[in-house]
Amino acid sequence: MIARLSRVDKVYGNGVVALRGLDLAVGEGEFLSLLGPSGCGKSTVLRLVAGLGEVSGGRIEWSGTKDGGRGDIGFVFQEPTLMPWATVRKNVLLPLKLRGVPPDEAGARVREAIEMVGLDGFEHAYPRELSGGMKMRVSIARALVTHPRLLLMDEPFASLDEITRFKLDNDLLTLWAKQRWTVVFVTHSVYESVYLSTRIAVMTARPGRTASEVTIDAPAPRDESFRTSPLYNEYCRNVSARLAEATRA
Amino acid sequence: MASVPTIEGKRAAVGDADSPPATQRRVDLWTVAGRALPPVAIGVIVLVLWELLVRVKEIPYYILPGPLLIIGTLVKDWGTLYPSLLVTLAITGAALFVATVAGVLIAILFTQSRWVERSLFPYAVILQVTPVVAIAPLIIIWVKNIPIALLICAWIVAFFPIVSNTTLGLNSADHNLLNLFQLYGASRRQVFWYLRLPSAMPYFLGGLRISGGLALIGAVVAEFVAGTGGTQSGLAYRVLESGYTMQIPRMFAALFMITCTGIVIFLLLNGLSYLVLRKWHESAVKREG
Ligand SMILES: Nc1ncnc2c1ncn2[C@@H]1O[C@H](COP(=O)(O)OP(=O)(O)O)[C@@H](O)[C@H]1O
Ligand SMILES: [Mg+2]
Repeated sequence: MIARLSRVDKVYGNGVVALRGLDLAVGEGEFLSLLGPSGCGKSTVLRLVAGLGEVSGGRIEWSGTKDGGRGDIGFVFQEPTLMPWATVRKNVLLPLKLRGVPPDEAGARVREAIEMVGLDGFEHAYPRELSGGMKMRVSIARALVTHPRLLLMDEPFASLDEITRFKLDNDLLTLWAKQRWTVVFVTHSVYESVYLSTRIAVMTARPGRTASEVTIDAPAPRDESFRTSPLYNEYCRNVSARLAEATRA
Repeated sequence: MASVPTIEGKRAAVGDADSPPATQRRVDLWTVAGRALPPVAIGVIVLVLWELLVRVKEIPYYILPGPLLIIGTLVKDWGTLYPSLLVTLAITGAALFVATVAGVLIAILFTQSRWVERSLFPYAVILQVTPVVAIAPLIIIWVKNIPIALLICAWIVAFFPIVSNTTLGLNSADHNLLNLFQLYGASRRQVFWYLRLPSAMPYFLGGLRISGGLALIGAVVAEFVAGTGGTQSGLAYRVLESGYTMQIPRMFAALFMITCTGIVIFLLLNGLSYLVLRKWHESAVKREG
């Protein structure tokens, strides 16, 4: 267990009730997807987990850290969110620089992270010289460079075309299978969530809470053949039905 | 830059389906020449027509001198005009420098707290909207040292675009990037140096380009009001003086030098802006098509 959200409420300053009584547990090493319609509060959940906002009610508990804090967290936003004035290397270096990691160690970790996402050779390119998919890879490398205990991804591939998206899905899965981080992945695509996750939490419309959870019991090294398997189709149908029900209720 | 082919070549290795934006990096000499040609041609045509008009209509030189006579006067009076150019340049440059330093510092002060900004910004606006011709006489009375008085006038005109643009820039750092800095526990200082300041750069440079021209205008207007003579005279005084003594060709020559100074300042600041931003900012990107 890494984190547990109990009865979490979130009311924004303008009176919007984004979350009401949300329960969610994040287990060590799992790939958990948050699936729900647009505006149901998925981003809000990630922001609360990352500590970028305060819960209005309920609590978030952490385990496994010495101080009971949240520990290192990586965040990938829907947009690549890169500093346009900095090269790929400097962008990936940012989290380490902010923490004052010594240059030698930082350099090695930046190289490792850039290699991991397949961008070696682009260290000195500026964001505007990169395609959308490549920018997203930089953003992922930056999130991984601190070796986070928990990786939060907020619809990271939503603005990419489908072919690039499939490719990044696959690369992400391969990395995850190798490194076994814990991932919380926000998406509004049933297909993407079934393909990637070990578990899916389906959320209701706003105010959001988890309506139901589905464990995806499919073999670990997944590849394109999984996308066409009967098992995959079965899960997609199941999850779609749950999503429809959660949205209606 | 040699890295462009590398990027193209390596794309296969990354294998994303979408391609990087096509940017044309090489500045083509022919394109530059092609773009400069129309305005230069128009200029030449106007000058020729002007010269013809003056000669055919036999307009007296004290009403409207022809371009050739103006050039001749410029060469003949270079000994008087050149020192004046240096005086005007010195005042303009100093005013722009002080406006930049003070403008950026004031902008930084504004972004430290909304209250400071709200209390002081109106006064920056008041300073901006009050015509400099109207306050120049006062400043010249209060400040005995004429060059300093002129500098203050030019500064008043020049500093506002830098303050307002830099303030806007410092406040327009990307919201998600701010969140990211927060996530990694960045200090206020780190947020300022690594995020706000670079975000403000294009805005600041935009303000600087406007202020460059305004500093010159401020310096010239203030000198008109001051109407000083002697060794410390700038180009504006040469214009005034030539008017009094009916040396109209010299008046045009001095005017011509002021205009050229303005153009050079504009080009220099444009070049600076391009140099600083060319690697990353959209405004400095040349696209095909
Ligand atoms: N900073 C904010 N201030 C006020 N309302 C917000 C803010 N952020 C999000 N909301 C509102 O909260 C609801 C949930 O938003 P969000 O978490 O972004 O949903 P999702 O990511 O599922 O699309 C939306 O109705 C949105 O308008
Ligand atoms: Mg969202």
